[in-house]
Amino acid sequence: MADAAAPFLDFASVSRSFGAIVALDKVSLAIAAGEFVALVGTSGSGKSTLLKMVNRLIEPDAGKVRLNGKDVAEIALPTLRHGIGYVFQGIGLFRHMSVAQNLAIVPRLEGRTLPESEIARLLELVELDPALAARFPEELSGGQRQRVGVARALARNGKLLLMDEPFGALDPVTRAALGERVRRLHEELGLTLVMVTHDMAEALMLADRVLVMSQGRIVADETPSALLAGAGGDEAQALVAVPRAQARALAGRNVRSAP
Amino acid sequence: MNEIITALMRLGPQLAEHVLLSSAAVALGILVALPLAVWASRSAAAARVALGFASLVQTIPALALLALFFPLLLALRSVFGEGLPTLGFLPAWLALALYALLPILRNAVTALTNVDAEMIEAADAMGMTGWQKLWLVEAPLAAPYIMAGIRTASVWTIGAATLATTIGQRSLGDPIFAGLQTQNWALVLAGCIASAGLALAADGLLGLVERGFAQRRKVLWAIGAGLALAGVAAAALALVVPGQQGKSIVIGAKGFSEQYILARAIGITLEEAGYRVEYREGLGSAVVHSALTSGEIDISVDYTGTLWTNQLKRTDNPGRAAMYDEIVRWEAQTSGARVLGRLGFENAYGLAMRKSRADALGLASIADLADVASGLTMGGDPEWFERPEWQSVRDAYTLRFADERTFSPTFMYNALASGEADVISAYTSDGRIAADDLVVLDDPQGALPNYDAIILLSPDIADDPDLARALAPLIGAVDVDTMREANYAVDREEDKWSVGKAARWLLDEVTG
Repeated sequence: MADAAAPFLDFASVSRSFGAIVALDKVSLAIAAGEFVALVGTSGSGKSTLLKMVNRLIEPDAGKVRLNGKDVAEIALPTLRHGIGYVFQGIGLFRHMSVAQNLAIVPRLEGRTLPESEIARLLELVELDPALAARFPEELSGGQRQRVGVARALARNGKLLLMDEPFGALDPVTRAALGERVRRLHEELGLTLVMVTHDMAEALMLADRVLVMSQGRIVADETPSALLAGAGGDEAQALVAVPRAQARALAGRNVRSAP
Repeated sequence: MNEIITALMRLGPQLAEHVLLSSAAVALGILVALPLAVWASRSAAAARVALGFASLVQTIPALALLALFFPLLLALRSVFGEGLPTLGFLPAWLALALYALLPILRNAVTALTNVDAEMIEAADAMGMTGWQKLWLVEAPLAAPYIMAGIRTASVWTIGAATLATTIGQRSLGDPIFAGLQTQNWALVLAGCIASAGLALAADGLLGLVERGFAQRRKVLWAIGAGLALAGVAAAALALVVPGQQGKSIVIGAKGFSEQYILARAIGITLEEAGYRVEYREGLGSAVVHSALTSGEIDISVDYTGTLWTNQLKRTDNPGRAAMYDEIVRWEAQTSGARVLGRLGFENAYGLAMRKSRADALGLASIADLADVASGLTMGGDPEWFERPEWQSVRDAYTLRFADERTFSPTFMYNALASGEADVISAYTSDGRIAADDLVVLDDPQGALPNYDAIILLSPDIADDPDLARALAPLIGAVDVDTMREANYAVDREEDKWSVGKAARWLLDEVTG
């Protein structure tokens, strides 16, 4: 699956410290075009730092990040970032702009206007009524806002989407529905997705490939089915054990409460 | 009530200049504050320096800040040439703009540094440049708060602009200062009502703009901004339309009744001779002389003793004639101003008593006073006992009073009437001397310096023979009794005259 000549996105021995804390310790990683990769780990494991090095919200102390074989440090920031969708827990919709204006912002930065039909299409992609285009963020529910956040990240040329705990602030029902939707967008639009999450269950259900991080290193790199089958080592299995135990407990309750 | 309305109706030019001055000052304040705020929002060090400076400015009393621009601009003449105005619009504009800085700066910095971190992260992640972030995200979100700062600044500025009167800029402070001095409360109230009304109107319109920004309603802020701009434009138009051509003679006056009356008397005399005149009234006592020698005003009335101490920096007392001659020579030589002549009266410090009391004690001169002083109380205005005049008279006659008490000038006369003081340091041309039936004790040793009232002409008009001829009837024509009566007519509580009426009466007395 990976193109040996030039991986779509690769990290070559990147390190980064914040003061005395080592956030990333010589991490190397290649991601192919069209993959859905989940970065899983506990708080402080370095997963967000790794993600933010792609669009250079954080710069490495050492090592290189290459996109399509090109060092991202050598791409002008606006050019680099216009092409990379970014969805995060805080969403960051501009509250002085309507939904339509929020969706059209990156094209506007590039000197283009986003036609109304395109705005309607983007809203439909995230299962929102196109009539919401004229609303302002404060008039939307939390789930609707994050859907707009995803749609805004899609409104650009380029198929790479970075997601940093994208569903962390949503209620479980919305969270599951939006996760499903993103999974299907990945398939329908051929997106390459890198998603940071602390929730192993979410990673196992949505991603093609799960990377487990601990203390600034990648400690496991497996498919969901391999992880469920017990691969990936102790730290990965400790994370997998949590949803597995929950599922077992739920199944037990189900049996007991059956008539 | 009617007097207030009449006074209000006459405030058109003052209102127009007040509007222009205030709006120009707030505009300059915005122009300086906003770039500073952007810089300060990106650098904590810049924020500390900028806000520290603006706060420091705010601690300077507005009156002092306005006055400080006079010496500053005078010094800057060496750079910008003699054409640089040192009084009037320029210093008032600069000082008020400095004053307007703090509220705009503080609100803008607070608003810009408190834009939600999430929005900033989103803006950064989508590749906005610093300018795009400022223009598309930070500025629109900060706009309502910045507008609130501009609103506060406008109200402050409109209030503080009344003080511009003291540095020769026409404003709504004119009636306030004139009225306070002559205790014409209708005039004071008219000035206060006009400036308060203006402040409320500005606050209301800018509040509309603020709401428009906050609620994203273009109509609202367009109406507010449109009306505010229309007001400024109308004020500008009102000042342009009268079409002033040629230069008029500017007569300055310090902030007390006698000065107001004499300025008007000189003005009326010149108008009758065909000149057009303007008044700069309520000027700070310290700036009048500099204003005259720098040509900001053309004519002033000053006092020999004042110039002797403050300008010539002399402490000796050579006697009346020698002092006058030396001042004439000194002015001609150093500043180019011309002493046109004495008006005829003195406004000096003198020791005054109730006439009945002086008669009872058999006192006619200060020399007589020395024998009985140990049983009497001396009253003085707040600076009297620190002044060289007091030291001089005390030493010359070896005066030892039982008690020395300080009163504000108004209460000093009351203290004499109530017996709380037996002798006071009176102003010799004060109308209350005649009205309260006081006597000014003779000074046979000449210990108290002379304060002859003199007319000064600026260097620009020093050699104008027509002007000198027009003013000739006033020279040596105003005796102290006439001046006292005119002063009293505007100072008294009952049957108070306007300054203009007193000036006409004075002219009738001296020329009629």
